[in-house]
Amino acid sequence: MAEFKTLPSDAPAAQRLLNWVDNRFPLTKLYNEHLAEYYAPKHFNFWYFFGSLALLVLVLQIVTGIFLVMHYKPDAALAFASVEYIMRDVPWGWLIRYLHSTGASAFFVVVYLHMYRGLIYGSYRKPRELVWIFGCAIFLTLMAEAFMGYLLPWGQMSYWGAQVIVNLFSAIPFIGPDLALLIRGDYVVGDATLNRFFSFHVIAVPLVLLGLVVAHIIALHEVGSNNPDGVDIKARKDSTGKPVDGIPFHPYYTVHDILGVSVFLLVFSAIVFFAPELGGYFLEYNNFIPADPLKTPAHIAPVWYFTPFYSMLRAITTEMVYVLMACVVVGAVLGVRHSGLRTLTKVGVVVAAAAGVALLAAIDAKFWGVVVMGAAVIVLFFLPWLDRSEVLSIRYRPSWHRWVYGVFVVNFLVLAYLGIQPPSPLYERMAQVGTLLYFGFFLLMPWWSRLGTFKTVPDRVQFAPH
Amino acid sequence: MKKFIALMLTWMALVGLAHAAGGGGAAWDKAPNRLNDNAALQNGAKLFANYCLNCHSAGYMRYNRLTDIGLTPKQIQANLNFITPKVGDLMKVTANPADSAQWFGAAPPDLSVIARSRAGAGGSGADYLYTFLRGFYRDPARPTGWNNHAFVNTAMPNVLWQMQASMNQADFDNSMGDLVAYLQWMGEPSQTTRKQVGVWVLLFLAGFVLIAWRLNAAYWRHIK
Repeated sequence: MAEFKTLPSDAPAAQRLLNWVDNRFPLTKLYNEHLAEYYAPKHFNFWYFFGSLALLVLVLQIVTGIFLVMHYKPDAALAFASVEYIMRDVPWGWLIRYLHSTGASAFFVVVYLHMYRGLIYGSYRKPRELVWIFGCAIFLTLMAEAFMGYLLPWGQMSYWGAQVIVNLFSAIPFIGPDLALLIRGDYVVGDATLNRFFSFHVIAVPLVLLGLVVAHIIALHEVGSNNPDGVDIKARKDSTGKPVDGIPFHPYYTVHDILGVSVFLLVFSAIVFFAPELGGYFLEYNNFIPADPLKTPAHIAPVWYFTPFYSMLRAITTEMVYVLMACVVVGAVLGVRHSGLRTLTKVGVVVAAAAGVALLAAIDAKFWGVVVMGAAVIVLFFLPWLDRSEVLSIRYRPSWHRWVYGVFVVNFLVLAYLGIQPPSPLYERMAQVGTLLYFGFFLLMPWWSRLGTFKTVPDRVQFAPH
Repeated sequence: MKKFIALMLTWMALVGLAHAAGGGGAAWDKAPNRLNDNAALQNGAKLFANYCLNCHSAGYMRYNRLTDIGLTPKQIQANLNFITPKVGDLMKVTANPADSAQWFGAAPPDLSVIARSRAGAGGSGADYLYTFLRGFYRDPARPTGWNNHAFVNTAMPNVLWQMQASMNQADFDNSMGDLVAYLQWMGEPSQTTRKQVGVWVLLFLAGFVLIAWRLNAAYWRHIK
């Protein structure tokens, strides 16, 4: 508890007002801790723009969302028309709607880039595990937010996308059909579904999202930002106790982020004003047809940001389940033969593997597709413990690690592409290989991340003055 | 061996491309771009009101929005709105969709955003409509006596046949260009405004980027 401070009566009015507030609320303290005296490494590069941009897009989505809700009607009979009403009759409604629809895609663009930054510089490693876990929870919540929001325009893709994804839950043994019914509120996606998705999209999920974002930032400011060298800047402080390689967030990174924001807005506005559909990727053509429960579109694809995960879902066929069984068996054999585990643990491994194979054989492949899709996101949470490399940053890892990350990125993009395309035997095989590569990257990380000759991490950050 | 690998790679690339191209229906012709030509849009609106707006609604579109393409409310009420007493009304037809469905085998779709919904790998929605409207041919096997190259076995008869018979192909193509331009404009009546505003927004932001860049450099100059 801070002591009550009294200023001399001839102090300036502004100072006395601030003092009055500071005696009742830690305003100056918060300002210093999070801005003026939050020391960030001074050599942040291009990749460090995307955190602040994600925050910008979050605010943009909330503000435009508030105005959309003023005119949108969450009613199966009125929803589609109300969106067109916003586009035509509400003054500047078209702008608000395009900002929101483009913002949804932009959110995923900046979040994917933000996560990639964390991946290459090891920003999830000790002591930043919770920063990363809150971040992964934000990503998961964002997916739920986007999925439910996509139903609201009530077009054909909205409708059938929701139908397909909710039906996936019915593949869960025993509780599946009832669970799907509970989510939909009806036997097919309908008015009840639209209303509950609307409620979740505008109230419940944004609240969770905001809470997680606050937790993400508090955790970050507690441990301090990582940097492209993975050097701990707190290890070297000057006589006043400030990190020598650190710089106050305000004004240096606020002005830096304003530059990032200005460039982002330039690109973002170019899309909003000149290509809001972005070739059918941001607004799908089929979604300009009102939802029709009697007419299934020939080809149902989710929006681009879900497609890598959708690809992995589709990749799990009955054949692929045999491959998964083989993976489980190989994993168990390697575990038993090579590690220095105790006999009891080894028995446990064998029993678990046998149970795994039995379950894989007993339950339909569709269910395992759902499991794999979920696991593709959940595995991210475990990254801090999967990575065993000596250094944080890609800069000081063995050179060949860059190839591993390169293959991971290309593979993710290929999976994204395949998720948009209609299914075909060739693409199915490619998606299956892609799924194995995706999980191989994470699940084999405890081994491959330790291999190779690591470079010496410098004592100080590598900073080139502007 | 090298040859074999090269052959396999070529084959895979070809198969991939064939997959990507997707399939079905005739290739689409490129529709002329007349979004900024008010005379063409007005002619398109006239054709639309006379030929389309009997069976198809444009239920999200108000008649008085046509003032955006240079018509006055009086002109709209006198020449284009045959259905409702008010110029601010939505373009809804009196035909019952259920009846239409029985007569044609499918309810005529609403045309408000038809140009936006029909885009695809073959081109823009306007390209599709331009090909479709010019793609009717006689087919005694169909209940309506008409079939279409762009939409095989369409339920829609060629309502434009009298007009088509009264003019040469070039004039008919030109009229369809106007009609499609109108449908494209109606899909998003604010699209012209959007692009005009966009130019100013981008110019402003370009200046803002410049200032932000110099401001950032000024702050960071002394950081060693």
